[in-house]
Amino acid sequence: MRINYNFAFFDESSKREIRRAILKAIAIPGYQVPFASREMPIARGWGTGGLQLTLSLVGKEDILKVMDQGSDESVNAVNIKKLITKTTGIKVTHDTGEASIIQSRHRIPEIPLQEGQILVLQVPLPEPLRYYEPSEYETKKLHAEQEYSGAWLMLFEQIMNYGNMATGADHPVMVHGRYVMAPSPIPRFDNPKLNRSKALILFGAGREKKVYALPPYTQVVSLAFDDYPFEVESFHNKCCRLCGATGVYLDEFIDEGTGATGATTYQCNDMGFCLHNLNQKSR
Amino acid sequence: MDEFEQPVLSVKNLRKQYGDGCANCKDRQAERLIRNYCPVCGTVYACQDINLDVYEGEILGVVGESGSGKSTLMSCLYFDQNVSGGGAYISSYHNGQRNLFTESSQQKRYIRNYLLGKVYQNPVLGLKINFSAIGNIAEKLIAAGDRRVEQMEARGKELLEHVNIPVYRIKEAPKNFSGGMQQRVQIAKALSNNPPLLLLDEVTTGLDLSVQASVLDLIKTIQRELKISILIVSHDLAVIRMLADRTVVMLEGRIVEQGLTDQILEDPQQAYTQELVHSLL
Repeated sequence: MRINYNFAFFDESSKREIRRAILKAIAIPGYQVPFASREMPIARGWGTGGLQLTLSLVGKEDILKVMDQGSDESVNAVNIKKLITKTTGIKVTHDTGEASIIQSRHRIPEIPLQEGQILVLQVPLPEPLRYYEPSEYETKKLHAEQEYSGAWLMLFEQIMNYGNMATGADHPVMVHGRYVMAPSPIPRFDNPKLNRSKALILFGAGREKKVYALPPYTQVVSLAFDDYPFEVESFHNKCCRLCGATGVYLDEFIDEGTGATGATTYQCNDMGFCLHNLNQKSR
Repeated sequence: MDEFEQPVLSVKNLRKQYGDGCANCKDRQAERLIRNYCPVCGTVYACQDINLDVYEGEILGVVGESGSGKSTLMSCLYFDQNVSGGGAYISSYHNGQRNLFTESSQQKRYIRNYLLGKVYQNPVLGLKINFSAIGNIAEKLIAAGDRRVEQMEARGKELLEHVNIPVYRIKEAPKNFSGGMQQRVQIAKALSNNPPLLLLDEVTTGLDLSVQASVLDLIKTIQRELKISILIVSHDLAVIRMLADRTVVMLEGRIVEQGLTDQILEDPQQAYTQELVHSLL
């Protein structure tokens, strides 16, 4: 039996409800707006938040890029792309510059985003204070009263235990001097890209049923202490083994075939960016 | 007296009731209530028209049996509960002109973070039990606007040393500590931002005698060194005798007697106070 789904999978009123939540999120940058997260044909925690945002926004002229930890071809990215294209028939791309909607998990593309583009990030844990305060009722009050000592306390604990701020991903940020926000599990390397971004950035947490947003050109500051400033991961003196790019987020590969020492090589984490560079070179 | 000295904390007609009240109990006449409980609507009048002043560098003791409203008074003063009526004024906040209870919740948080310290009977309430001991101190300092790690670490170490927590355990979580140690960490935390007023709620209850003595000794030393004012609640008269300069006696949500501690303990005037003091001696 073949089911004829509505355009972009959802019925129109569902899309409208999600869009309304998005509008509210844009109106209050960094504030977590609750929404009625729908059952999706993929499991919660696998990108349903981002997927719902994308589906509610997508139009016939849109060009879509989906990436998962920098890769356009991972299982998660491919399946999300398949669902969207099968129910909309829109074009997909690997090229960041060409895409109008980019759904991503764990990365912001290396190629700078432009005005008019929308970046949709998938979020597992939208609440930056969750580890400090388990109760949602309490964290809502903390946000309302702008009481963010808990966020700094978590960083202080890291400095005490490890000697520096050791957040591997999801380093909390202050949005427009008001709300502390979880930037989704992007590496610290990508945090500065949030600040005054030309593109609209949307965050969707399907399991936790929250939407939040950064409108274009919003001020975003990563939390830090006066004597322990925020630092991104350093890839000093390292470059991509394929395209030679420097100053980008690199994955480390240890070649076990070369013996006990194992030669270490690096490669662009953002596959679309690497491919773009290689195409430019071969032209 | 007012011309000479302004109290650090002044509580005026503080009321706290649990329940809406009814025609029977609205005027709170003693003959219509069973103690402080209304038999018709079930309302409990936990604090009724509490008036007290705490002066600079003074330790004011509050005694009374359990259920007399001591802890309710303390939690109202620390904004853990909302009051039903009345006011409290702190001299260092708008020069004692603004009623703390009618301020916004943001302002209440400011007062809590900058002007007050509280030590709970149960350390779990006052501490983040899973964060390190030094992190707990830092939490209060961060809340009071500090963003320098080195300075907070130094202050934390100094305070924890002051309360006899060994240096090699300061990065450990208080959940691994004994009850007495947790209580001492809590005291250090409450003191970290040099609050002009410290609220102590049954701090030594449940601690063994030697630990009790060291905690009391610590409080006394700190109070002398830092000259902070302390409001201390206890049902243990020995604690009150050792620490408090003045004492108020509470019964059924009312203050029944107040005066110098010696006077209260040696020459109690009210029947209840006499009973209380004699049950000790």
